[in-house]
This record gives sequence, C-alpha cells and structure tokens, in this order.
Amino acid sequence: MSAQAEEYVTEDGRKIGGVMMEMKNITLRFGGVVAIKDISFDIREGEIRAIIGPNGAGKSSMLNVISGFYNPQEGDVIFRGKKRPQMRPYKVAQQGIARTFQNIALFEGMSVLDNVMTGRLTHMKTGMFGQAMWWGKAQDEEVYNREKVEEIIDFLEIQAIRKTPVGRLPYGLKKRVELARALAAEPKLLLLDEPMAGMNVEEKEDMSRFILDVNDEFGTTIALIEHDMGVVMDLSDRVVVMDYGKKIGDGTPDEVRSNQEVIDAYLGVAHD
Amino acid sequence: MANTNTGHMGAETDLQSIPALLARNAAKYGNRPAFREKEFGIWQTDTWAEVAEKVRDLGLGLINLGIAEGDFVAIIGRNRPSLYWSMIAVQSVGAIPVPLYQDANAEEMAYVLGHCGARFVIAGDQEQVDKVIEIQEGLHQFEHMIYLDPRGLRKYDHSRLHEFAHVLAQGRAAADEFSPELERRTAKLNFDSTCVMLYTSGTTGKPKGVVLSNRNIIMSSKASAEFDRLTHEDEVLAYLPMAWVGDFIFSIGQASWTGFCVNCPESADTMMTDLREIGPTYYFAPPRIFETQLTNVMIRMEDAGKFKQWLFAKFMDHAKKVGPAILDGKSVSGMDRLKYKLGEYLIYGPLKNTLGFSRVRVGYTAGEAIGPEIFEFYRSLGINLKQLYGQTEASVFITQQPDGEVRNDTVGVPSPGVEIRIADNGEVFYRSPGVFVEYLNNPDSTADTKDSEGWVATGDAGFIEKSSGHLRIIDRAKDVGKMASGAMFAPKYVENKLKFYPNILEAVVFGAGREYCTAFINIDLTAVGNWAERNNIAYASYQELAGHPQVLETIRQHVSEVNKSVAQDEMLSGCQIHRFLVLHKELDADDGEMTRTRKVRRRIVEEKFDDLIGALYDGSDEIFTKTEVTYEDGRKGAISATLKLLDAEVQPVAKGSMAA
Repeated sequence: MSAQAEEYVTEDGRKIGGVMMEMKNITLRFGGVVAIKDISFDIREGEIRAIIGPNGAGKSSMLNVISGFYNPQEGDVIFRGKKRPQMRPYKVAQQGIARTFQNIALFEGMSVLDNVMTGRLTHMKTGMFGQAMWWGKAQDEEVYNREKVEEIIDFLEIQAIRKTPVGRLPYGLKKRVELARALAAEPKLLLLDEPMAGMNVEEKEDMSRFILDVNDEFGTTIALIEHDMGVVMDLSDRVVVMDYGKKIGDGTPDEVRSNQEVIDAYLGVAHD
Repeated sequence: MANTNTGHMGAETDLQSIPALLARNAAKYGNRPAFREKEFGIWQTDTWAEVAEKVRDLGLGLINLGIAEGDFVAIIGRNRPSLYWSMIAVQSVGAIPVPLYQDANAEEMAYVLGHCGARFVIAGDQEQVDKVIEIQEGLHQFEHMIYLDPRGLRKYDHSRLHEFAHVLAQGRAAADEFSPELERRTAKLNFDSTCVMLYTSGTTGKPKGVVLSNRNIIMSSKASAEFDRLTHEDEVLAYLPMAWVGDFIFSIGQASWTGFCVNCPESADTMMTDLREIGPTYYFAPPRIFETQLTNVMIRMEDAGKFKQWLFAKFMDHAKKVGPAILDGKSVSGMDRLKYKLGEYLIYGPLKNTLGFSRVRVGYTAGEAIGPEIFEFYRSLGINLKQLYGQTEASVFITQQPDGEVRNDTVGVPSPGVEIRIADNGEVFYRSPGVFVEYLNNPDSTADTKDSEGWVATGDAGFIEKSSGHLRIIDRAKDVGKMASGAMFAPKYVENKLKFYPNILEAVVFGAGREYCTAFINIDLTAVGNWAERNNIAYASYQELAGHPQVLETIRQHVSEVNKSVAQDEMLSGCQIHRFLVLHKELDADDGEMTRTRKVRRRIVEEKFDDLIGALYDGSDEIFTKTEVTYEDGRKGAISATLKLLDAEVQPVAKGSMAA
C-alpha cells in the first residue's frame, strides 16, 4: 500500500490526504452466493469516492462492509492504519463513520429536529436516567448538541421544517433530513447510498451542491453509491466500478470513462 | 458617554444623516435592542451600541479597501442585520448604498450595476456572488466584492473577493490609521448628501435610479413616525425586499429616527413562524400577504370540526358587525361590547396570536388595492390596519389614513408636510420634503416627472373626496383610456374587483379603443387546488387545473358578479367584461410579465399574448397557443395549450352615462 500516500491538491483547491481506509482483498459470501469477490481499493482523506456498477453488482454490500454491517469472510478492512476487528455497527459509528440509506430510514412520527438529534447519540455521554430528568450535565450536553444540530439545519437550509414531522415531508426533503442526521454525527467518513435516487433534476442539483459543500466545508471524506452517471462523474475524485461482485475499474472519472471493460459492463457486449 | 456631549440634542436638525442618528441612538439607547436575527433557531440580538461599533469597523474596513467618497456600493441579499449595517457604514464613509432586489437575474443586475458604475458590491451569499461574477466582465468600474456567508466560497479566487468578517477585522486593526479619515468623512454628511439610491422596478422600460437625500429620508421618517406615534419601544419585522423604498424607510429611516428594533427572519420560508414569535407592534405588508394569510385561515377552518366552524362563523359575524366600530372608538352597545370581549377570548385573540398580530398597534398595506373583505376581516379582529399611498420618488409617504378614519376605498389624507394637487386630466401631483433629488444620469426623466416648483407627477389618476378630504385613486393615469364608444376605460378598477375573489390571483383587462372589454385571468393555485382536492378533482399541473370546465364555470360566475357591481358605477359601467379566458400559466417576473414587486406589465402582456387578445375579439371558441417560459435558473422552455374563450353575463348600460 502507501506508495501513493503523499498528499495532493485537486484542481479546485481541495486537499486530498493520505489513505484513510483500505479494503484489502475483501470477499463476502451469503451461503453459496458470492456478493463481493476479492476486491481491494482505498479511500483517501478528504476525497469524494464513488462506487458505481449495474444493478446487483454488489455496491450496497460493499458499503455495508465499510459500515461494519456485514463482516467479510475474507480480507481486511484497514481504518487509519489499523486492521479493524469484527465490530458492531454502533462501534463503527463511534469511529466516525456515518451513513444514509437507499430506502430512507427516518423516524416518520418524529420532527425533523428530533430525527437530526438522534444523529448526535454517539456524542452523548450522560445516561438514560440523567437525560430523562434533564438534570445537570445532561442539560448542558443537550444544549451543546442542539447547537451542533442547528448548525447543520442551517447548513442544509431546512429551518422552515425544523418542527415538522418527517412523515409529512416530500421525498426529496426526507433525503436531505437523512443527510442532516448523518452529518450530525460529525463523521470523518460519510457513506451515501444512492443519495439521489428518485429525485428530479432540480433536487439532484441541490443535493450535489450539498455534497460538495459538506466535503468542502467540513472536510468530510465521502464514499457514495450512485446510478446517475452524470452526477458521479461531476462529483467524485475517484471512482470504483463493480460488476458481478468484481472490481473492473478504478481511477479518476476520465480514466474510468475510457475503460473498455466498464463500457462493456454498462452498455453490454455484442456476442459474435 | 451617556448624556455628556448631547447638550444640543434638542435641536434635532443637528442630526442630518443616518450615521449621526446611529451615534445618537448608541448614546441614548445604548443597551436597547437595535437589530435581531434568528439564526441557528435562536433570536440573536445586537444593541444600538454594538451596531455602532460594527458599523464603525466596517467603515474603517471599507476605507482600508480604498473606497472613495461618492462611490456607489451595491447591496444584494435577503434582509439581514449585517446588510443593513453595511448601508449605514457605506454612508459613513461618504459613499452611496444601492440595495438591489435579491431575486433579480444576472442580466437585470448587470444593467443597474453598470448604470450606477458600482465599484463595490456587498453580497449576502454564494448565489449573489455567482451572479456578480457572471457579469463582472462587462462592469468596468467594479472592483471589490464583500460577502457575508462564506459557505461554498472557500475555493473562489479571492483577489477581488473579501469575507465580511475579515473586512471588519481589518478595519478594527487599522483603526489608528483610518479613524481620523472616517470621522472627517462622517462629519461632512448633511441634509443635502445622498442617503441612498433605489432603483424603481419600472412597469415600463429600464429601471431608473432614484436619488434620495438625507433630508428626504430623515424628514419623511420623522413626519411619519410622529403621525403614528412610533417610539423606541416598537418592533418591526423586516422581510420585504431591501431594494424597496418602504423597507429602507422602515428598517433604516424610522428605525434610526425612533430607535426601534428591526427583526430579521431566519429565512424566507420561516417568515410566518418568525412573525408569530416576534409579534411586531408596527407592521407593513402588501395586500397579497394579508390575502394569503386569510386564505390559509379559511382553508384550515374548513378542516376544523363542526362545532368549531359554527363558533368561528358566529363570532366572525359579530366581529364584522361591531369590530371596526370598536376599533375606531365609536359608540357600541354594552351587550355587543360584552359579546365582542367573549369573542376576543375565544376566537379573535387566539387567531391574532396564530397570525402574529397580537401586538400590532399600527399596520399598513399599500402598493395595490386591498379587497374590502380582506380589509374588513383584519379590522374586525381589532387589528389597526390602514392604507397608505406612496412612491419611491416621495420617500414613500404621499397620503395615509389617520387612526379612526380608515376606509377601504380611499388612501387617506396627505401625510404631514405633503401638498397634493389634482391636474385637469385627473393625474395626482404632490410636493413634500421627501421629494427625490433626481433620477441618476437621467435629466430628461427627472424633468418629465418633477417640475421646477418641485411638483411630482404620480402617474396615477384620482380625486379628492369632498366630504372627507381623502384621496381616491382610480388607476394609472396612462392606463385610463377611452373605449370605442367614448366611455371611460379604467382597467385596474375592474381587475381589483376580480382579484378580490380568492380563486383569482391576477387579472388583466383590455378594452382601450375597443367595442367591449375582455380579460385574462390567472387562477390562484392554493385556493383552487384546495377546492379541487375537496371535490375529488384530479389534476396533474397548473395548466390542467386552469383549463378544467368546473373551474372555468366558477370563474365565469365571478366575472358576471363583477359585471353587476361595475354596472352600478355610472362613470365606469362600460368596463364590464364581455369575454375572458383563463391563462395556462401564471404571470411571472422571470418572464418579464410582472415587475419584481409583482405588478403586471400591461404592455408586455399585451404584446406577448396578442394572439389571445385577437381571439377574444374575433368570436372564436378556442385557440391554440405556445408560450416561451423562463425557469428560475435562466433556462428557457415553451409550453403550449388550447384555451377556451368564454362569454360572461353583462348588465345593460344606461344610455348617456358617458365619461366627462
């Protein structure tokens, strides 16, 4: 590894650091089905890394490996230079990894504010009893966390729906609330599972701007899965391409775009 | 500092500029709130002393950047305290603030920035910065841009771009060096120096830069504040465009004069919530906002339970009967008073609280005519809503309604210090200390509007009612015309009657030089959409709803009712609408059909839809049309539709009722 560990600055002036997370020869099986087959790639500090591929390529499985939801049968996940042992997702979250879901997973009956507050859970230390009594340290902690949450509400421009129950919101806004909740955890690495699925052009543009702003403003490293090729190519610094659980391409958007194997996977190959 | 060097304060004429007023406020009301803004969910307050300090730092920072006296500085963004302070800081260094409409597109912005030759721009956020960067090539005098919200701007080329906070910090650091210069420049300001330049939205042609002096702004603010007894304890909500003269008078002029507190909402979307939280005592809104609020109340009432609906209807009827009289201090029977008290407790109070009007002492509406029902509704609740008539060129005030003399169909008596004259053709002229200095770089227009004795043509036709001395406005003078029969044609008069129906958002009436009148109608999507939902009528788009047969039938009834009411007016009975159509798109400022203050540009609509007007007069039943539309991001597209042309019921016109 570490051959390419030196830092560089992108054309638009963002600093890309050394390797943050490395996936080493990952293989993931469900019974006899091989979802991911011997894949290796890395994610560097400060970059926007996309994982693309046709349906069923194993993208979401890959994201679930990164988030600790799945444990690969073979291979290692190396986070900040240390091999990550098998761990529960909440432990992974405590390491600074947050995610959004392909199918929105918010608390529909709760307000936007409360939903985003749940993103702060990993930062709260007082116990359930203290919080229930809202006493002493619990009070200070809540005020501090609310402040953090309000910054994110401001950042994502959702002030007007602060007190609205999530269930009443349109789809595009729910997606934004989910991003807010993930951001509330102040993650080092943010995983986005199809952040723009089902959105119209305008909502996609908004979301793209937010993703770029998050990366720029907070220096958050972002790994995202997305179907919309235009969006992926515009947003990301580097792209991994998967097909049938294998990695078939890895590089800058330009490199990937001209890779014959990728073109074949996406457009199909004529059998003669 | 408090009262040491203010021996002369009695002589208020010493205070000849906004920065001078700010200094007085900092001394007199140092610890009182001057500006509030909701940020991160909490209202953040700055006192007058703190504002004075920030304005000073920004002034020093501007000198540090090389600002010269007489420079124009464009201010673009939503209502935020920092932008208001920027305007005062710009004045304090002898430069001229030019607030611009934040939703202006790049092209419109290029025109005004080029016209005044702005050297500096102070922008609210990335969106505004982007617009200026897009057009900066064509702006030869433009040098520096300062931005408030740094979000998304980190990567931009900062050779001409400066963060607001940094400019302040640099100013503070350079205080020793530049303070004498700042003090020298501020001390030079007097009644004759320019206070602000505002671009009029212009229903016709290019916007004109109205130059207003300190005398204009301060004298108008003083007179109007005394008229309504405004004090430093009042609260206003600043949410109308900063480029509009009204906002400048309220949030800068009157606020500086009286020392009251200006509150800025968190974002445009949260305005209603913020209004409720602040509960202003002095409130201004165009009729459209009152209308929207009333529509919302009515829609929500329809969802309420039977008992609540009954209670609401019962007490609102009572309020209509005695509310306005109680408000005007007229005699009302004890029983009615008691019943009104009960209503206040059960309905009016909670309703006012929901609307954010619990504490309103003085409320104004202007800009357009307000529907009698809407006006009545608010007044019957005990909200002292009044009308005023004003213009940018007058520093707002021409006429206003005194407490106790409020009526729906007049715009009040001349404001203190204002003289009014009606010309032979009915056009209203005025003269006052608030009358503007000139249109920038446009002596011809200045001379057209203002004569050598200082009389200004309003462009509106009206008359003074003999019995009450109140002014009544009929229409734009140039829009008032004659029909083919010679009868008087006043489109606005009819349009306003149409617009009083909640289902009708906008109407444009044609008929000058024609046999009969016709109209374009825009439906109100909120009201009609709600009706459709209630009646299980499915629709996929605005266009589809606008063309629905039942909607058309409802609108036809409205038009027929309006005709009945128009027929009763002797002078204007010829203006009944014979044929009309419901437009397939909303008239929009982005398409140039309306001004940014949402007034219809009659000529442009006439040109753009001349095929539709033709069809209204040639007797056809329907017409296919294709219209170009501009999206918010500037892209263009086209929509096409087949529109039905409908006949409305017309009342017979008595012979001999020709206009004078």
